[in-house]
Amino acid sequence: MSGHEQFADDLALLALGALQGDERKALEKHLEGCASCRLELEHLRGDMALLALSATGPAPPQRAKDRLMKAVAKESRARATVKPRYLRWLVPWFAASAFVLLAAFFWRQSDSLAQRVAELQSESAQQLAQLEKAREVVATLTSEDALRVTLVAAQAPPQPQGKAIYVRDRSSLIFLASNMPALPPQKTYELWLIPVTGNPIPAGVFKPDARGSATVIEPPLPAGVPAKAFAITVEPEQGSAAPTMPIVMSGAGE
Amino acid sequence: MGLGQSARGLVFVLLKGRDNRLSGADLKAGATDVSLLGAMKSGDQSAMALLYDRYSSIVYAVALRVLSDTGAAEDVLQEVFMQLWRNPGVYDSSRGNLGAWLGVIARNRAIDNLRKRRPETDIADVVVSVEPDMAGEAERGRAMEKVRVVLASMPTAQRSALEMAYFEGLTHTEIAAKTGEPLGTIKTRIRAGLQALRKAFAS
Repeated sequence: MSGHEQFADDLALLALGALQGDERKALEKHLEGCASCRLELEHLRGDMALLALSATGPAPPQRAKDRLMKAVAKESRARATVKPRYLRWLVPWFAASAFVLLAAFFWRQSDSLAQRVAELQSESAQQLAQLEKAREVVATLTSEDALRVTLVAAQAPPQPQGKAIYVRDRSSLIFLASNMPALPPQKTYELWLIPVTGNPIPAGVFKPDARGSATVIEPPLPAGVPAKAFAITVEPEQGSAAPTMPIVMSGAGE
Repeated sequence: MGLGQSARGLVFVLLKGRDNRLSGADLKAGATDVSLLGAMKSGDQSAMALLYDRYSSIVYAVALRVLSDTGAAEDVLQEVFMQLWRNPGVYDSSRGNLGAWLGVIARNRAIDNLRKRRPETDIADVVVSVEPDMAGEAERGRAMEKVRVVLASMPTAQRSALEMAYFEGLTHTEIAAKTGEPLGTIKTRIRAGLQALRKAFAS
């Protein structure tokens, strides 16, 4: 306390709460900037606390403890009953929150699904249009009523002619024939796919109509076989697994 | 804190349950103040009862000395321990010895009641630098006896000034007026009295 001796007595009074008025204000102002006096005040409060131990007298009556413990039990019950109230408040709050979140979730899902449905509807419409166009093409190609004209050089006699359109990746084949000679009884024409390697592959049988026209549409073929050429032979009516010579028509890919 | 209390605290920590509630009367009797306060945080009423048994005599004696009225002293006793029950976390070991801390709070509340004024000091602001271990009955008895011896050895005027300030809540001006002594003398006596107490417990 050197240098602060003028506050020494007042510090003891302040510790006891016995300092008032201007002296207290002056000391409190001094304490704001004086760590050593604050420490001394803390020690003096400890000294003052010891005075409580000097108090003597009878022990508190049993009723005081009973009263205290009764109040403690009452507050404990109050704490316990606060929880349900709290929960009763929380449950609907959480339920409402969950409902809002679920509604938002389903709304987003619904919105997303609606968009997807719209996309699918658009795709479906496009596919239907494409399919309708394809049907028209096929119907035109396969119609018995279609007027089929094969243009050849002037004054040349009409020649049997076949046109094979093959897409290897899809194993899709369309074959159109015209001016085909009439077949002998119980015979049929058979179309053959000649692969780059390996034996000829049956590509459908056909009989021309009265005008010599015929079509083979999407016959069953193994997948992805590269075609070197197509050929036609005359086979028994049920068709053959291997071509019967001679080859009446053939053509290589362009 | 003495070794005995530390050892009791260790045993308690090893054996207590998952929450802070205590189990076993023997363990409770040996639990440290801090352990009992921890149990109170979990709503352990038996921990509250143990702390009451440990310190109610100090609190009640201080309140009765100040108020000279058993009913009023019981009210202070109730108020102090209910505050502790409601907020056991307000005390930690940095605030000093729990018994001394409760004694200061009881004294402040009793003085407030005596002067019919609103509480001037929040219990959260009370810090006392007192080291004597008072968790055990024997330790409490030794500490109380030492204080009484120191006070008994003081000059009567000095002890009287100290007690008027502490137990009657009088200001130095009021003490001076009551005793007819100069203000400076009252100040010096009070300071010297507190220093005598410090010296006794420092040795």
